[in-house]
Amino acid sequence: MRREIPLIITATVGIAYIIQYFIPHTPFDKVEALFSDWLSIIAACAIWLGALNLLKLSFLSVSKRKKDWFFSLVIIISWLTMALVGISEGPGFQEPGTKFDWLYTNIYTPLSATMFAMLAFYVASASYRAFRARNFQATLLLVAAFLVLSGRVLFDELIFGFLPADWKILSTISDFIMQVLNTAGQRAILIGIALGTVSTSLRIILGIERSYLGSD
Amino acid sequence: MDSNIVGVWIAAFLTLGIMSFLYKDNPWYKFSEAIFVGLSAGYWFASLFWQSLHAKFWTNWSPAVQSLFQGQFDYNLLYTGAGILGLMMLLRLVPPIGWISRWPLSVVVGGTAGLYLINYLVSNAIRQIGSTIQPAVTFPESIGWVQSGGVIIGNVLVFAVLLVSLGFILFGRSSTIDLPTPTKLFFFLIALVACGLGTFYSLSMPLNLTGLIIFMGVFCGLIYFFFSKEHTGFFGGAATVGTWFLMVTFGASFGYTVMSRMSLLIGRIDFLLVEWLKVVK
Repeated sequence: MRREIPLIITATVGIAYIIQYFIPHTPFDKVEALFSDWLSIIAACAIWLGALNLLKLSFLSVSKRKKDWFFSLVIIISWLTMALVGISEGPGFQEPGTKFDWLYTNIYTPLSATMFAMLAFYVASASYRAFRARNFQATLLLVAAFLVLSGRVLFDELIFGFLPADWKILSTISDFIMQVLNTAGQRAILIGIALGTVSTSLRIILGIERSYLGSD
Repeated sequence: MDSNIVGVWIAAFLTLGIMSFLYKDNPWYKFSEAIFVGLSAGYWFASLFWQSLHAKFWTNWSPAVQSLFQGQFDYNLLYTGAGILGLMMLLRLVPPIGWISRWPLSVVVGGTAGLYLINYLVSNAIRQIGSTIQPAVTFPESIGWVQSGGVIIGNVLVFAVLLVSLGFILFGRSSTIDLPTPTKLFFFLIALVACGLGTFYSLSMPLNLTGLIIFMGVFCGLIYFFFSKEHTGFFGGAATVGTWFLMVTFGASFGYTVMSRMSLLIGRIDFLLVEWLKVVK
């Protein structure tokens, strides 16, 4: 029962979605709309599960005075502050001027943006290692990245400023790389991903792939 | 004190706290990081409460229950199932009965599999293949002398690239096509004549250059991803050409990523200098 019922549910819901695509009429369209809302509600609970688990682990860390327990206390306080303020504000909790919006604008956004901005330094370090022309393929990587970067900044004016204003050589090359060569590579990757996704989805719906159920 | 000023000072304090990691891991960074982790979890908790559980579950289910008490069946009563499955998902927090969460998990997995099977097949496979297979020639209604010259030079270049690629596949060091050299030369000559005729023909019929390059890139790229056959011979040569396209794609993506991160960094430094310290206007 621990494994069979989940497999039946998986197959039923998966097949319902597939049928809905081929027969987009009542009752299948209503079933699809209902399942979409169900998925959204269950996914929300899954994210709640993660958030509550973080809270649980942080409480355990503080109660057992584990190493760096103070930072777990900071997590608990900031978690509860954001969640309680957001819930107490009502459905318009994200509107400008609310306390939730103040927390979001002045604390969450700067932290999030700085966290990702820090990656600039690590990307620079990674670029140094990746952009070494050790072989032909690595040289292609280097040249493509350099040309795309050059075409997107002011290098055209700096290097080719003496040419007529509408002769943007680096921008043109950059556009060609992005719109033609990059499109070709991206499409190959996208088609590969799509075929992989289709085969994995079929395996899941047919019950061949069961790793999501765990081992016990 | 004005809440905006307090906000700017807090934002600056936390921004510098995260940046202090560049020196080394330190308590100021850990403090800022802990706030970020807690706030992120709290943010999603509150957001999903209102946007998903309230908007999709409560607003549908609550009136349906009220109707039931008045003796009427409302279709939205079926949302009870979602509520029960959501609660079952949360039971993962109680280890002895945590296995119950497999039921809602299987709804999510099954639904996602069914949805992705169709969506990916239609959007990412069929439509992408359709966009790749385009007419090889185009007939522009009006084209000037300069543009005609550009198109002709472009066409010659495309044929030259095709010939070089074929030469690489037939005679390159990694080529393992097991044919006598005269046979290889024969094939190459046929290709040369075909390209010559094509170039001559294309003087009056402009080729869809970008379409041909994209087709070649997608075809060779897909061959590279096909691992069920050993990459030797023509297959290996085409796979090598595929890696060239993929390397250009990765280089372009890498360049874009570098730019977006730099842009974010400039944004934070701009905040510190303009909004906080006000040393730059």
